[in-house]
Amino acid sequence: MAHLEDQRETIYKVDPANPETKDLPILRTEELLLNMGPQHPATHGVLKVILDLEGERITKSTVVMGFLHRGVEKLAEYGTYHQFIPHTDRLDYVCAMYNNFAYCRAVEKLMNVTVPERAEYLRTIVAEVQRIIGHLFWLGTQALDIGAMTVFFYTFRDREILLDWFDELCGARLTTSWYRIGGVERDFTDSLETKIRDFLAYFPPKIDEYVVFLEKNRIWLARTVGVAVISAEDALGYGLSGPTLRGSGVDYDLRKYESYGAYPKCEFSVPVGKNGDTYDRYWIRIEEMRESIKIIQQCMDQMPEEGPVMADVPSVTLPPKNRVFTNLESMIQQFKLFSQGFDAPPGEIYCGTEAHKGELGFYIVSTGGGKPYRLKIRSPSFIHMGAFDYMAKGYMIADAVTIFGSYDIVMGECDR
Amino acid sequence: MHPLAETIQVRFPDGFVSAQEWRGDLAVTVKREALHAIGRFLKDDPAMACDYMVLVSSVDWPDEEERFEVVYEVYSIRHRHRIRVKTRVPEHDCYVDSLTDIWPGADFMEREVFDMMGIRFNNHPDMRRILMPDDFPEGYPLRKDFPLQGKGWRDTFDFLNEGAAS
Repeated sequence: MAHLEDQRETIYKVDPANPETKDLPILRTEELLLNMGPQHPATHGVLKVILDLEGERITKSTVVMGFLHRGVEKLAEYGTYHQFIPHTDRLDYVCAMYNNFAYCRAVEKLMNVTVPERAEYLRTIVAEVQRIIGHLFWLGTQALDIGAMTVFFYTFRDREILLDWFDELCGARLTTSWYRIGGVERDFTDSLETKIRDFLAYFPPKIDEYVVFLEKNRIWLARTVGVAVISAEDALGYGLSGPTLRGSGVDYDLRKYESYGAYPKCEFSVPVGKNGDTYDRYWIRIEEMRESIKIIQQCMDQMPEEGPVMADVPSVTLPPKNRVFTNLESMIQQFKLFSQGFDAPPGEIYCGTEAHKGELGFYIVSTGGGKPYRLKIRSPSFIHMGAFDYMAKGYMIADAVTIFGSYDIVMGECDR
Repeated sequence: MHPLAETIQVRFPDGFVSAQEWRGDLAVTVKREALHAIGRFLKDDPAMACDYMVLVSSVDWPDEEERFEVVYEVYSIRHRHRIRVKTRVPEHDCYVDSLTDIWPGADFMEREVFDMMGIRFNNHPDMRRILMPDDFPEGYPLRKDFPLQGKGWRDTFDFLNEGAAS
């Protein structure tokens, strides 16, 4: 007992700056190495982060990834352009539609295919629905990570409505593969149009509902305001994009900068943050959901009633399904496109698309023939993780979860 | 020639090799000795102002003398132009100067290029594998001579005998 007392006294007395205590043993301090993951409920998949800690402050963080690496870029070199579409579903598996969209746009740029007007509108509507799903998913899980559990149930309730809508659209909730090179797989039915119009009326009050849960919640504010601040210059240098970049005050949005689809025909604004903290990134996502509703509304109103949903370029695009079973030429066309692929011109293109996480880009090198020579995916999650060490420095362990949560990472896309 | 490519050619007559423009994309091929200087110029020159790092990639051309191609794509938020800078590296001397000090985002992307293609970057702060395990013994998966099925490392793993469990 006396021994313990002595020790306690020693600890209290030690002061390296004070010469009187110089003979006393100096209190041992060391950096602590904390291994977070790879199985952690807040890492959104299999991600390991090794944190160097001083007390509870992070001094350095090493990201260890690749647990979900499936070699998608290598697989792409062994299949035709059409065959790669289902692989893109598995990149960012919570938002497959946008991956399909980004990939199909890249191949259309390579093949110089123009998409018919109605198909452009359908693509834009579905892409914006997917953006809402992505932001709802993000909001629910981010609030759950930070400690506000209720929001999760509300956002997932509304996300479910849209996933059922996807189910009716293409038969799948998550791995959709609905986009095709040169158009989309099938048109909307009347029931789908009614349902999306119902949703447009239903959803805006629900956004206010989430906001009520969070914007006056002291815990939410304490854990997001002023956390993980990154300046605009640094954010650009690190290649951040999407809401993570716009939170820092850069209005870089490919829907405006290099407009595509039906976006040039729609009026919408791009919300931009001021402080570059987690709260601004949250606010931007909330506002983007409101803007998405506006875009969908405008597209539904402006969309031509009738029209083809697939470009008519027989050497590249697939024939309509009903013709494949009744018409010999269409069947041959379908067979040749799936067995040999189309003959792409030699060259290289990069095509970026504004997915809800950030800029999802495809860099395709073709040397002719039916398969890509090299296909590189610029996935926003991977690039955002590159800035993690910089952004986490000096924050608490608990903030690490907030920071990679605020990137909206999905490891399927990060590791590819 | 595209005015941006012309600017680079005038400024770096020795480092400039060629410029291609296809489907609206501008790609400039430069010598690898000049890559870092050109990167610095693209970032700092007010007429270029390419502050946004888009992508670092690599292509393998096994039949050519300078086998590998390293591709940087940068974008200027102010001027809204994008430039793809490419450089060639031979296999026996597989080094490029890292651009991490200019665009910090190049860090992870260059590590990925090293991991997948085996191109090393000089002055890179942390040149390790990133997606494949650190002890991956089979080389670099995205090279054209790497078979899709791998080279047999996986066959050496000890698997649980599932039949014995029941």
